[in-house]
Amino acid sequence: MCPYLDPRSTLDAAGNPGFGEPAETRFSTLRSMVDPRTQIEMYSWMKLARTFDEQMVAMWKQGRGLGGTFSGRGHEAISVGAGLALGRKDVVAPMHRDLGTYLVRGMTPERIFGNMLGRATGASRGRDANLHGVGDLDLGIIGFVSHLPQSLPTTLGIAMSFKYRSEPRVAMTFVGDGGTTAGAYHETLNMAGLWQAPFVLIIENNQYAYSTPLTQQMHAPNFAERAAVYGVATSSVDGNSVNDVYQTCVEAIERARTGGGPTVIEATTMRMLGHAIHDGAEYVPADLLDQWERRDPVANHRQHLLDTDIASEAMLEQVDTTSRERIAAAVAEAEAAAMPDPDTLEDGVYA
Amino acid sequence: MSDNFGFTDTPKSGSRELTYLEAIAEAIQLEMERDDDVLVLGEDVGGDFGGAFKVTHGLAARFGDRRVLNTPIAELGFTGMANGMALMGLRPIVEMQFADFISTAFDSIVQFASTAHYRMGAAVPWVIRAPSDGGIRSGPFHSQNPEAWFVHTPGLKVVAPSTPADAKGLLAAAVRDDNPVIFFESKPLYRSLRGHVPEGEHVSPLGSAVERRQGSDVTVFSYGAMTHQALAAAEQAAGDGIETQVVDLVSLKPLDTDAILEHATSTGKVVIAHAANRMAGVGAEIAALIAEEAFDSLDGPIVRLGGADTPVPFSPPLEDAYRPNADTIASAIRRLSAY
Repeated sequence: MCPYLDPRSTLDAAGNPGFGEPAETRFSTLRSMVDPRTQIEMYSWMKLARTFDEQMVAMWKQGRGLGGTFSGRGHEAISVGAGLALGRKDVVAPMHRDLGTYLVRGMTPERIFGNMLGRATGASRGRDANLHGVGDLDLGIIGFVSHLPQSLPTTLGIAMSFKYRSEPRVAMTFVGDGGTTAGAYHETLNMAGLWQAPFVLIIENNQYAYSTPLTQQMHAPNFAERAAVYGVATSSVDGNSVNDVYQTCVEAIERARTGGGPTVIEATTMRMLGHAIHDGAEYVPADLLDQWERRDPVANHRQHLLDTDIASEAMLEQVDTTSRERIAAAVAEAEAAAMPDPDTLEDGVYA
Repeated sequence: MSDNFGFTDTPKSGSRELTYLEAIAEAIQLEMERDDDVLVLGEDVGGDFGGAFKVTHGLAARFGDRRVLNTPIAELGFTGMANGMALMGLRPIVEMQFADFISTAFDSIVQFASTAHYRMGAAVPWVIRAPSDGGIRSGPFHSQNPEAWFVHTPGLKVVAPSTPADAKGLLAAAVRDDNPVIFFESKPLYRSLRGHVPEGEHVSPLGSAVERRQGSDVTVFSYGAMTHQALAAAEQAAGDGIETQVVDLVSLKPLDTDAILEHATSTGKVVIAHAANRMAGVGAEIAALIAEEAFDSLDGPIVRLGGADTPVPFSPPLEDAYRPNADTIASAIRRLSAY
């Protein structure tokens, strides 16, 4: 039984979010190599996110879903690697393909499935759809709006609040390749550079903004070069390698935490399914998907753990089984949960 | 109107005369002294300059660059940044250099800030100060009254003070409120209007209309600088023996619906006047409210006066034709009183 599969393991003794031990302990262990325990933990979270995702896609195809939803298949290394690199008092604003980040921070599969099914028990209490609005300040998670580049200035403001109060905390957010062409992205990076805020941005370059390929989005050769002009540190990373994502994020977070300013990390990956559940993505060449399927972040990390003798097949099978059980239980609980009372319609518009 | 817009108020103990602008500046300073979480940010607000209208002049010297943050020209970005600061418990006062520029920050306001509490139970306690209104020959992009966009947005609060005392008291209340509040300042009043303002702590409630003049024949609802045109119009009508009640809405969201219905019912004759264009403006909501809830008490049609459905023009004859004023409000009062 892998203990990390229990989201409660992300809470410390005082019930605070995080991952059960001070971030500093982790930083000291990871200069050139991610320690074996963390590598197993990363697999556990990625497997949990993948199992959730596959179950979600199946349910929506069976007509058991509600509204639209978004698959994060192929993005697990980014969402889990980045999420685990954060300290428990840091704050993150993930997107709709960053399921792993939510799970790592302690948002339970029950609350997320509940949200997706419009239940009163969902993170937004039936207010917002799928992963939208899945936020909880107690967990250090900001719920995004569909205008995805909005997460950038919001997160900069969180980083600036840490600077304002001289707190050694870091704010992280994500944006897709598509979001980087909007004004909010450029306004935010300019200010993040200007004020050297403790801000980390991960650009998830998954090749497509809905149906528009990268070649039709920008002329710049890559995201890191385009971001560097704003006076931020930049890194480029294989977005399908959870070890690489994790290490790169740890370095960026440590730099931000110690006054070294913001970092933009370009993580290259592939959106393996359509933009949303309704989208067959016929516009994506099949051979491109085949090529990326061979680079699947979950399967490859699993194989890596076996090849390096970090984990045994029996142990990983246990992780896989536990993930299935965990997600099945979450779905059962969410499907059985009550819908919101229409009398609560106007509750919470104002604080 | 050279005589202080015709405005007089009664001195209270512990009050002294300030301009509308001085009252706003005093409120900001007092809130910053009271609470270290209060900060000011916006274009040109810092340093020795102190803002395009000098409202924040002297704040940087007193509180430092940390709490008086000069921003680049990036309204969408710095208003979004205020969202993040507010989520973490800071209380940013964002200066929109002109209310006209607030459109640039629209997503940060109407998509993120206004929905955050409903979606994730997280309060966004900022204030946007928006210098609005025209009549001062500033052309289409420095004269706007964009309040209707925000009154139409659930989750926001919107206020528009008409007196120095209210400007101080409402700004203090807005800073202390846990919701995003858009504070529309009437820039024609900045240095022209003086009034008695209480010294020290002065907090006026958000959401309450104020009767500025009593009268039993006709009710005029207005807000911001237009309130003073309404008061002047009431004075004109008094010469014809018409007693006009002038109600300053003060708060546009939430609207003080009880007070609106009570005043409308008391005369049965209603004029609504604002500088923003009439089409789908705040006046339309008030007219609809009265028509739905107090129809039986009406003795004549509800009259709405507002800006023309055009951009705000620059040249004086055009801008004067665009806006209601004391004369056009007085005509409406006389016309209505004949019913």
